[in-house]
Amino acid sequence: MTGSEFEPVIGLEIHVQLATKTKMFCGCALSFGEPPNTLTCPVCLGLPGTLPRANAQAIHFGLMIGLALGSELAPRSIFHRKNYFYPDLPKGYQISQYDEPLCRGGHLGDVRIHRVHLEEDAAKLIHAGSSGRIHGSDASVVDFNRGGTPLAEIVTEPDVRSAAQAREWLTLLRTTLRQLGVSDVNMEEGSLRCDANISIRPVGATELGTKTELKNMNSFRFIERGINAEIARQEALLRAGDHVVQETLHFDPRTEAITSLRSKEEAHDYRYFPEPDLVPVATSEAMLAAARDALPELPAAREERLQELGVSAASARQLAWRTELGDYFEAALRSDGAEAQPLANWVCNELVARVGEEDPNASKVRPEALAKLVALVGSKAVTVGNAKLVLDRLVTEGGDPAQIVETEGLAAMSGGEDALDPIVDAALAANADAAEKIKGGNMKAIGAIIGHVMRETKGRADGAEVTRIVRAKLGV
Amino acid sequence: MTATELTTLTAAGAAEAIRRGDCSAAEVFDAYRAAAAADDLNAYLWVADEAPQEPSGDRPLGGVPLAVKDLFCTEGVPSQAGSKILEGYRPPYTASVVARLAAAGAPLLGKTNQDEFAMGSSNENSAFGPVLNPWDRARVPGGSSGGSAAAVAGGSAPWALGTDTGGSIRQPAALCGIVGLKPTYGTVSRYGMIAFASSLDQAGPLTRDVTDAALLLRHMVGQDDRDSTSIGFPGEIARPSARSLEGIRLGVPEELTAEGMGIDAGVLETFNATLRVAEGLGATIHTCRLPHAPHALSAYYVLAPAEASSNLARYDGVRYGARVENGGLVGMYTKTRSQGFGTEVKRRIMLGTYSLSSGYYDAYYGRAQRVRTKIADDFRAAFAEFDFVVTPTAPSVAFELGAKTADPLAMYLNDYCTVPMSLAGIPAISIPNGLSEGLPTGFQLAGPAFSENRILESAYALEQAIGFRNLAPVAAREVTP
Amino acid sequence: MIDREQVLHVARLARLELSDEEVGRMSEELSHVLGHIEKIGELDLAGVPPTTHVVEVSNALRPDVVAPSLPREVALRSAPVVAEHGFLVPSPQADAVDE
Ligand SMILES: [Mg+2]
Ligand SMILES: [Zn+2]
Repeated sequence: MTGSEFEPVIGLEIHVQLATKTKMFCGCALSFGEPPNTLTCPVCLGLPGTLPRANAQAIHFGLMIGLALGSELAPRSIFHRKNYFYPDLPKGYQISQYDEPLCRGGHLGDVRIHRVHLEEDAAKLIHAGSSGRIHGSDASVVDFNRGGTPLAEIVTEPDVRSAAQAREWLTLLRTTLRQLGVSDVNMEEGSLRCDANISIRPVGATELGTKTELKNMNSFRFIERGINAEIARQEALLRAGDHVVQETLHFDPRTEAITSLRSKEEAHDYRYFPEPDLVPVATSEAMLAAARDALPELPAAREERLQELGVSAASARQLAWRTELGDYFEAALRSDGAEAQPLANWVCNELVARVGEEDPNASKVRPEALAKLVALVGSKAVTVGNAKLVLDRLVTEGGDPAQIVETEGLAAMSGGEDALDPIVDAALAANADAAEKIKGGNMKAIGAIIGHVMRETKGRADGAEVTRIVRAKLGV
Repeated sequence: MTATELTTLTAAGAAEAIRRGDCSAAEVFDAYRAAAAADDLNAYLWVADEAPQEPSGDRPLGGVPLAVKDLFCTEGVPSQAGSKILEGYRPPYTASVVARLAAAGAPLLGKTNQDEFAMGSSNENSAFGPVLNPWDRARVPGGSSGGSAAAVAGGSAPWALGTDTGGSIRQPAALCGIVGLKPTYGTVSRYGMIAFASSLDQAGPLTRDVTDAALLLRHMVGQDDRDSTSIGFPGEIARPSARSLEGIRLGVPEELTAEGMGIDAGVLETFNATLRVAEGLGATIHTCRLPHAPHALSAYYVLAPAEASSNLARYDGVRYGARVENGGLVGMYTKTRSQGFGTEVKRRIMLGTYSLSSGYYDAYYGRAQRVRTKIADDFRAAFAEFDFVVTPTAPSVAFELGAKTADPLAMYLNDYCTVPMSLAGIPAISIPNGLSEGLPTGFQLAGPAFSENRILESAYALEQAIGFRNLAPVAAREVTP
Repeated sequence: MIDREQVLHVARLARLELSDEEVGRMSEELSHVLGHIEKIGELDLAGVPPTTHVVEVSNALRPDVVAPSLPREVALRSAPVVAEHGFLVPSPQADAVDE
């Protein structure tokens, strides 16, 4: 094997906390950092005698996800019990879906979806350190606030081939889910969690290698790093003539170490069986119609529509997949006389350069202000260079671009050639050697002339106009 | 009226006495409270201290108090399902059906002893000791609702709630000489009933006569939003009044009643005598077939333990109940559960875990679910021809304490005639139909889903014709000088 | 039919601890019961659908409306061991090795 090249084969399992008002099987409100054990009831504490009742909104969100991913929606799906003992699981089983999930198949971008199913989240286990109450041994405290939060589990086919692709694809998924409004999709807060099934095989091989399951990657950065670390670990094993053991692994983002997790239940014998306390979900026409009606425009469709509006392919992609950027752009586009492509350029290049990853809608630059600025540039009322200065001001202070142009005296020079003529003459006189070079065919030297004019006019001159006048005067 | 006179009335009789003003609801409550407190059958695990503050004499159930099987959750009142693992557990909520009955005017009198988590047919599996049969204290009252049956038969409760998973209302009713009805699955809410086997468990009345069963059931049924499998009852449960069985076709399934099926001769004798009574009332008797009934017990002993093994996983020493520390987490789980559960419960958890475990699911659970389908089909076919299927309720009269504890399979065979109806989810009643060896026997009448009213009418007609005394001799003796 | 080894495996899955004597007895009793149960293996059940529910209900969904939760002291009231407003348990990590 030594010396051969390996190809990673990666499948992702994503748990998404749904943004319902209440838990999956009881009426407790979802938790947003409330004090421990203040959002529980007999049902989500698993008290004897209690029974679950499925949240209609969670089913609705599940169907929306299925539609957005192009899945086949099951006319009938059922819940199963997944049995194992763990303190974060109050009933000793998790209600999940097994062989009859809500959605099957579909794809997002070039990654195929295997299935989407609904289940309930586990509670939170907080390490309590050594406690005097339990002699000398480590203890944990269980907080059931999160227990029972509705989850959609999205499982992909093993179509991902690199850590970078995994990260990129998850970004697409997050955007899609955010746009659907079905989840907060916040990895740091745990509303989007990703596990990866990773194997490697010699390039060209069709058989799959032994896979490991990497858990607990709670940020996009860690996902990329974790997957890369696991690929490296597997490669090292194979190159050393060793083999990969099928197991569940934990990635520690601090040390980047990968450690084996002992199984929660011996040999993972979850003893799945149909949940007798719940009845089948029969997806009715009305439920389907409601899910369809609730679907917003998804990134792929938006990308197409923006291109039809005249936005370039690259900008359309950026605006469609960064929802907030797209929303900002479309708000700006609603201003009078706004033109799509120049506006898209300003949003995607100049604005993004200044606000970075932040939501432009939350910046001080109002969409209509940017539209106005772009219009000022278009009408040559302000030069591109000065418009960038105006945008700097808008980012720090906000306000009306026309007013900034006026109070700062940044308006393009009026009077056209008559006004510029003497200034160009002066510039040519002051840069005689540059003028000679231009006459000799070296157009690069014109920079010195334009620079001089700009200094004199505080940037208010139109560079193209200056070039035209220079050329005319020097006869080139 | 004296306390003894009050406690020998049927519940409907007591409600009528209250309504007429012969006595007050508080007097009836106090008479039963005293009888329950003095109970020496070990039928009660908890008895109310005092009559409810709010009189409910004007409500439909007249304020006649109700004994409730331990496994129904009752807010602030011990609800232990007969298990040490829940010893002293007081839930923060009340089961839907108990709340419904209290609202209808049947206040909580006490919590009755039962087999641990309803697993058993003799009440010997209670962590709080066995219940004695009021007809013969050396004998079992049946189970798992043995405390409820013994209290009603013994005169310390006018009526009681039980639960039936494979016969746990009908069999103790038969062994104690009272009426027990298992309704159609889904008609009574399971919310707040500590689960044994979710797809089979159903609450029902244990009463001294058929009229009381109808009256109690009327206020038990109803859809409940907290139970997804709850469907309620179409229409209302009526007070039965039939005197004849004219035109009724009774099917006697060969598979459950043939000689050599392990049914005692004395039990078959009263069964056949009841068939003759039925004929006398105008019914026609036919042999019918339930080809898969002989496999019902097998399917049941796969499905019920499997569901139970999962339902009982929540008893882990974390949120409620007993806990035994033993080093780490697994040690705590294991010690807590091993010491908290009794032998039979552990046996069924083992059986259920095994049949669900990897590699065995298809052979056990999957097949049992298919057998269940066939059994329901058998009944559908039978009801296309006959109004009811009738059998002896239990294969024997009450047996002696300890007689079957050493042989689990022999104990399981007690449910031979009751389990098929449970698997099919259909209603069935057991009424007392005579004595064998001086002990009561039961007659089971099963009908299609939601046929409770027709079952009660026919059972009433039979009851009137049979004329069985509705109290065990000890209790009855007290009023007969 | 179910030997000591299997009994021990199933007991571990079910978080039950059995004494040596109990293992023997359980193996015997369960084998006896399973011997009876296995008669369903003789039935021809090809094409027969499984029954999970005898009631033919579907959905029974709950509107997404918040209901009051329990006060924390009520939620914790029945817990055997409570600390820091939560249910105290031996740490699962400590077990990982000997499991
Ligand atoms: Mg999952
Ligand atoms: Zn809750």
